[in-house]
Amino acid sequence: MELNTFQQQAFDYQRPHIEKFGKRAWFWTIFYLLWIVLGGYALYRQMTKGHGITGMRDNVVWGLYIVNFIFFIGISYAGAIIAGLLHLFKVPWGKPIIRLAQMMTIISVVVGPIFILLCIGRLDRLHYLFIYARLQSPLTWDVVAVLTYFAGSVLFLYMALIKDFSVYRDAKLNIPKWKQKLYTALSLGYRGAASQKRHLIISQNLLAIIIIPLSIIVSSILSWVFGMTLRPGWHSTIFGPYFVLGALYSGCGVLIVAMWVYRKMYKLDDYFTDRHFTYLGYIMMVLAAGYGYFTFSEYFTSWFGSEKWDSEVINKLFNPAQYGWWTLFANVAGIILPIAIVAIPQTRKTGPITLVAFIMVIALWVKRYLIIVPTLESPLIPMQDTRHEYIKYSARWPEWALTFAGIATFMLFFTLISKFVTVVPVSGLEDTKNNREHAMGLLKKEKIQPA
Amino acid sequence: MKQEEINDKGRRDFIKTAAIATVAATACGSLACSCSSKHEPPKTGEKVKLLSQDGEIVEIDSSHLDHGNHMTMAVKASKKQAREGIPGRKFVMVIDLARCKNARKCVSACQKMHHLPEDKEWLTIKLMQDSDKGSPYWFPKTCFHCDNPPCVKVCPVDATFKRQDGLVLIDNERCIGCKFCMAACPYSTRVFNWNEPHQDVSIANYTPETSTPSKIGTVEKCDFCPDMIRQGLLPDCVTACPNGVFYFGDENEDAVTNGDETVSLSQLLKDRGGYRFMEELGTQPRLYYLPPKDRLFPVERGYESLPEKTKEKYKEAMEKKK
Repeated sequence: MELNTFQQQAFDYQRPHIEKFGKRAWFWTIFYLLWIVLGGYALYRQMTKGHGITGMRDNVVWGLYIVNFIFFIGISYAGAIIAGLLHLFKVPWGKPIIRLAQMMTIISVVVGPIFILLCIGRLDRLHYLFIYARLQSPLTWDVVAVLTYFAGSVLFLYMALIKDFSVYRDAKLNIPKWKQKLYTALSLGYRGAASQKRHLIISQNLLAIIIIPLSIIVSSILSWVFGMTLRPGWHSTIFGPYFVLGALYSGCGVLIVAMWVYRKMYKLDDYFTDRHFTYLGYIMMVLAAGYGYFTFSEYFTSWFGSEKWDSEVINKLFNPAQYGWWTLFANVAGIILPIAIVAIPQTRKTGPITLVAFIMVIALWVKRYLIIVPTLESPLIPMQDTRHEYIKYSARWPEWALTFAGIATFMLFFTLISKFVTVVPVSGLEDTKNNREHAMGLLKKEKIQPA
Repeated sequence: MKQEEINDKGRRDFIKTAAIATVAATACGSLACSCSSKHEPPKTGEKVKLLSQDGEIVEIDSSHLDHGNHMTMAVKASKKQAREGIPGRKFVMVIDLARCKNARKCVSACQKMHHLPEDKEWLTIKLMQDSDKGSPYWFPKTCFHCDNPPCVKVCPVDATFKRQDGLVLIDNERCIGCKFCMAACPYSTRVFNWNEPHQDVSIANYTPETSTPSKIGTVEKCDFCPDMIRQGLLPDCVTACPNGVFYFGDENEDAVTNGDETVSLSQLLKDRGGYRFMEELGTQPRLYYLPPKDRLFPVERGYESLPEKTKEKYKEAMEKKK
């Protein structure tokens, strides 16, 4: 495939990253693998000893695993929606970051469901979900939805990659034979012929149109796993949109952090520019306001209506002796801080935006914890149990080990994928002359130099 | 007319078998009797004297004694039958809160029957207080066997199901242990096998009706003892209660019995102001409560006599009361 100067520059610049697996990459890979091994050991213990080794008990039947599931799968939906919108509206500045959003989508939709599997007491019966599937259950909806979504997002990423694969194939890279073969196979014989181009664009557009509503549906279904029950704090009509917005918001934060990390590691300052951070910061701010609005509506109606069960959950959330400090953190760091940092021009800089996005992502993780655990700790019938662990949930080592293993898997996938494809899409930077010029305008041209 | 006749006959049969079964069973105290007319064990000729609940001495053949292991005697239902239920029946339970003093005999009988460890209770007794000025009362809680069961709705693999006779059961050979039903049940009825259940049971064929043996990584709960019902016996909690708190019966026959007396369900609910717990949830429980009016025991009676460990459970609720 023919590349224009701009694309050629982008490719040459990133070429070393897909050609060799450097010392640093090895270091991080091994580091992540160690965590994954630890998680594997925890899983082995859990499967042989039973779920009794976790902190979950009869009242709090779901703990960190579900929190992580919501967290990762949320990031994934955000990636898909952001990538889909950037693609459909042909946002010129979006071109360099679209792949990062798509990578985020795929990686977290792989990592997320692992956590729901960890909640299942009988992994040996997992196939029952298919052979005895009951359509009434929101969990069945979730299985169908996540699998559909997974297929959709893999295709969406792949369609966007075909052109790049053909570039890698033709570039005579200094890579092992298997990798060359893989690129050749994956490029599906793309030569940039007019009919190929047209088909690819149509497929991509269709997938973008499908993936956006799909993400919204899947995210809502996830929320209905909770919303369909009769539990205070969960049984809420706004749970669907609340989860969609929460997903988008946290995913936006992760995208900002990922951009920053790649910019530092691969010196991609020319592609992930300060302007990208500012624009995504604006999006983050708007989403923060929306999320804050939903959170406020949720708490305010519960508190004002003051039904017995609702009040119990609200009291737990706002009592400093219980979850009060966490609620404060989740709402200040998760809603107020991002708005303030982006709103004030003096702090609207790459560094502060990234930092605040990072803190916000953690706050949103805490927020998910606050959605799950306090409700489960507030059954409608008093617990009256002598076993402390049955009354108050506290995660134990296998759950933490597997949580960190999950994060490590997330990072490992990012590391490995960025050694296989360029983080900034090469062929994606083309399209019309105007777009190219616009995109070029974002760059500090003199900085580009082949590494 | 014909239907009525059949119902009437059915009712009489039920009352008869239930009454015989319970009188004998309560008479035996911790030992239980198998008095199924169909499966009469060979007589040994040895007579045993027992004290019935009414204080009468009854004499029965020792072959009627069964040392607490119903499971070996159980009429095993096939898996299909266990999922469909007993035709023509609509089981219902009524709990008389005015009679409960937290003697906890139901709890231990249930645990014995289902080979549960001491800290696993399918049947729990809570100390409830509806309002600040309201008087606290003991509240035995079984599974509510809802007609609109939130647990069954959410099960992804049909492991928990609603039968035509009204029971909600769990097939622990089907359960994948996702615990969604536990999160969905508003009454915290369900318990999970967090660890390997070390039970000393020798039951060849598990069916959802026996609920035993337990399996690691699966959910279980009160089942209203359908294996006992099939033998014409009452659930163990009913017969174990010294105060006749539990009435069990058939809604189609409009009859419930607590072992001592058999009464009309509709009359009982009418006379005593029977209600369903948290009716507003719309779950349509098959368990009714009679309000704790004109109580037989002061609430403290059920607290002070408890062993320290059990006392601990209610300490907080008890202190709140004072």
